[in-house]
Amino acid sequence: MHTTWVSLSVYINFPPCKIPPLSTNKTLQMVEDGSTLLCRMEICVAEAEKRSGKNAMGMQETFSVYLVETRLTDSGPDGRNPAPDCLWRRYSEFELLRSYLMVTYPFVVAPPLPEKRAEFVWHKLSADNMDPDFVERRRVGLENFLLRVASHPVLSNNKILYHFLTEHGWREAVYDTGFQAKADSRIRALSATFRVRNPDKGFVEMKHYSDELQSHTSQLLRARARVADRLYGVYKVHGNYGRVFSEWSAIEKEMGDGLQSAGHHMDAYAASIDDILEEEEHYADQIKEYLSYAEALRTVCRKHELTQFELEVASQDLISKKQQREELATGIVRTFSLKGMTNKLFGQEAPVQREARLKVLEELITEGEDTVKEKTAECEEHVEGAWLEMQRFKEQKDKDLREALINYALMQISMCKKVPSSSTCSAS
Amino acid sequence: MSVGAPRGLASSGQKPITEMLHPLSAAEEPLPPVPDVSDRGDKESGLTNGTPPVEASSPACTSLLINRLQLEENLEADARDLYISTETKDLFVTVDDPKKHVSTMETYITYRVSTKTTRVEFDLPEYCVRRRYQDFDWLRIKLEDSQPTHLIPPLPEKFVMKGVVDRFSEEFVETRMKALDKFLKRVADHPVLSFNPHLNSFLSVKDLNKRQGLALLTKVGESVKQVAGGYKLRARPPEFCAMGEYLDTFSQKLGTIDRIAQRILKEQSEYLTELRDYGSVYTSWAGSEDELRRPLEAVAGSVSTCCGAGDDLSENMSQDFLPVLREYVLYIESMKNVLRKRDQSQAEYEGRLEAAVLRRQEDKTPMPVEVEKCQDKVECFNADLKADWERWQSNKRQDFRQLLTGMADKNIHYYEKCQAAWESLVTLLQEKQSEDKGIETN
Repeated sequence: MHTTWVSLSVYINFPPCKIPPLSTNKTLQMVEDGSTLLCRMEICVAEAEKRSGKNAMGMQETFSVYLVETRLTDSGPDGRNPAPDCLWRRYSEFELLRSYLMVTYPFVVAPPLPEKRAEFVWHKLSADNMDPDFVERRRVGLENFLLRVASHPVLSNNKILYHFLTEHGWREAVYDTGFQAKADSRIRALSATFRVRNPDKGFVEMKHYSDELQSHTSQLLRARARVADRLYGVYKVHGNYGRVFSEWSAIEKEMGDGLQSAGHHMDAYAASIDDILEEEEHYADQIKEYLSYAEALRTVCRKHELTQFELEVASQDLISKKQQREELATGIVRTFSLKGMTNKLFGQEAPVQREARLKVLEELITEGEDTVKEKTAECEEHVEGAWLEMQRFKEQKDKDLREALINYALMQISMCKKVPSSSTCSAS
Repeated sequence: MSVGAPRGLASSGQKPITEMLHPLSAAEEPLPPVPDVSDRGDKESGLTNGTPPVEASSPACTSLLINRLQLEENLEADARDLYISTETKDLFVTVDDPKKHVSTMETYITYRVSTKTTRVEFDLPEYCVRRRYQDFDWLRIKLEDSQPTHLIPPLPEKFVMKGVVDRFSEEFVETRMKALDKFLKRVADHPVLSFNPHLNSFLSVKDLNKRQGLALLTKVGESVKQVAGGYKLRARPPEFCAMGEYLDTFSQKLGTIDRIAQRILKEQSEYLTELRDYGSVYTSWAGSEDELRRPLEAVAGSVSTCCGAGDDLSENMSQDFLPVLREYVLYIESMKNVLRKRDQSQAEYEGRLEAAVLRRQEDKTPMPVEVEKCQDKVECFNADLKADWERWQSNKRQDFRQLLTGMADKNIHYYEKCQAAWESLVTLLQEKQSEDKGIETN
């Protein structure tokens, strides 16, 4: 495997290093001053290797590890470029990193990882995780992931990311952040059903779009796999011609040579489909990226709904507490309450008790006001961040997918070109 | 029997029909030269066009004579092929223009049979008649009966399952017509068959009264008709064994090719179904995008073009490729039949010879004439068969060369069409890209 320092210019468009500030929000401005990690450091996933070891349950297992190489682009004091740093990472470590980033920056549309298991496979394609072609494609996908993260205006400045790229002890660092607990509660919260009273139209549309994108990309991947399967069949059956032409040529005198070469051409044609379809997998990988991106986008929208919902709940809670206080203070019951009823039936409580309750209520109200302030800020921050993110995502998606379509067309063209030349040779 | 086709003559190559001049026109074009096979003069003297054929005594075995005259025995096969194809052609036939006829009793198709010729055996230089399949079948039977030592080209299948195949569909009629055209051309190109009076009638007579044919066909059967006399052949001569083996193997290979071709058609059809589905996914995705809408629709368009090209390719295979394969299988069957008839005539000869020899031993009876006649018949048969075999082999080479290069061409066109569809897509997408880049930098 070769080191490819800038391997993805074909597939992914990365924003130039100096990008103009996109918002007036102070917190965000800080990170959008135009420098991302990728400007200062070259990153690549150079190689993959097989390892064996004992897993958590003490059983022997085989797995792949990937070599992450980094090199600072700024030359050192002696004017020479520093030597590259490298370390081996497993797929699960990449997953951990992504999970951490998603929890820490919930308004960011998280870049996709290559698939954990081979999905949307067509008949002959190996669904085996140890298959060299699968591992190679995964290597490319992991590199894409790192490059996207490292060129993201917000994500690239994260310390944990830096640890992941350069230190062996990154696991401790990431667990120390305590993100795991947050991650668990987040998953629970996001999967719960709740209804927002005043949904933000923009986010609703975005969520709807993410559903569409998810549906279309997965449909496309399924249809493509079926087409690949059928095309494989067509090519391979032509191979049968090879043998019969060869047998036929044996009984011919003058036509013999022509038939033999026709037979060879058929064999070559039948064999060519393996490479053609393997190459097409790269296109499928790009579509899979956007399938994953669609899910990430949806999560951002859901997160917004969640924060909105929590804000609404907190606001509602504060309002009801304030009402309670008013009732307690004035003795006038505006709304029906069981307490009010019992008071009426059994007489009101003593003033001392009432004072005590009022005090508690005041505390709760103060707390509630803080919560509301907090949630409002959270919401606003999320909205602003997410909105920018979604615009950015949209631009990147349009560029990436157009590149993908161009490359797909180029692939088809090169496939068409392969055939006629060998065909005319045998025909003559 | 009529005059054989001239051979060993300088030829300026085949002339297409449109360039053929009327023999009586003012052009400098000389008439096709009279064959200078002077040896045969006395034997042919009594024969003119349209007279009943063979006298029983000595069937003029044209192939035999031509073989004796042929000086160059070892022509290279390719040169030989070229040689045959540049023979001076003076009889051109075409089958086209199918039309449906509806009568009270039945519905059927007729085809226009056009003839252009300079042969003296024909009264006019041009003819145009309408014939139906039955008529072709009649012609073939007549040829088989009157020229049993020759290989008669096959006709397309006579019977079609009424429920399964639509006899009046454009496809079926087209395929059948092409096969009939080929049949007639092969007969017209044959040095002996083309002079058969039945062919003449077929091509020229307005209303082919088939009973008329019977009248012409007098006692043809006597000298050459096969007697199912229970004569068993002991040993087939090696050259004919080789022919038989070749035919068996060849037939087998063609059968295999046919099966493979059918399987390819099936796989291709399933592929095209999935491909159409695939294209429509792009279209529905385009509906939810804005910037990407046009690119996605364009991809759907290219996929659709490829589907169309694929449909064309499949159609070509089933209309042009498969029928030729099947026709050759029929041809092989015909050839095998002729071989069997040859075996029969040899068996008859040997049987009679044996009987005659025995009788001569017993009572000094001289060798009867029949035995000599049989011997002649066998020799004649062998010579005709060998000549026809060579011709058949040469035609086969040409036909298959044409067939295979034709299929290769069709395949190339298919890929060219697909390539063009994708190239126009790339142009479109890259145009848009540079447009966008231009906007960005501004």
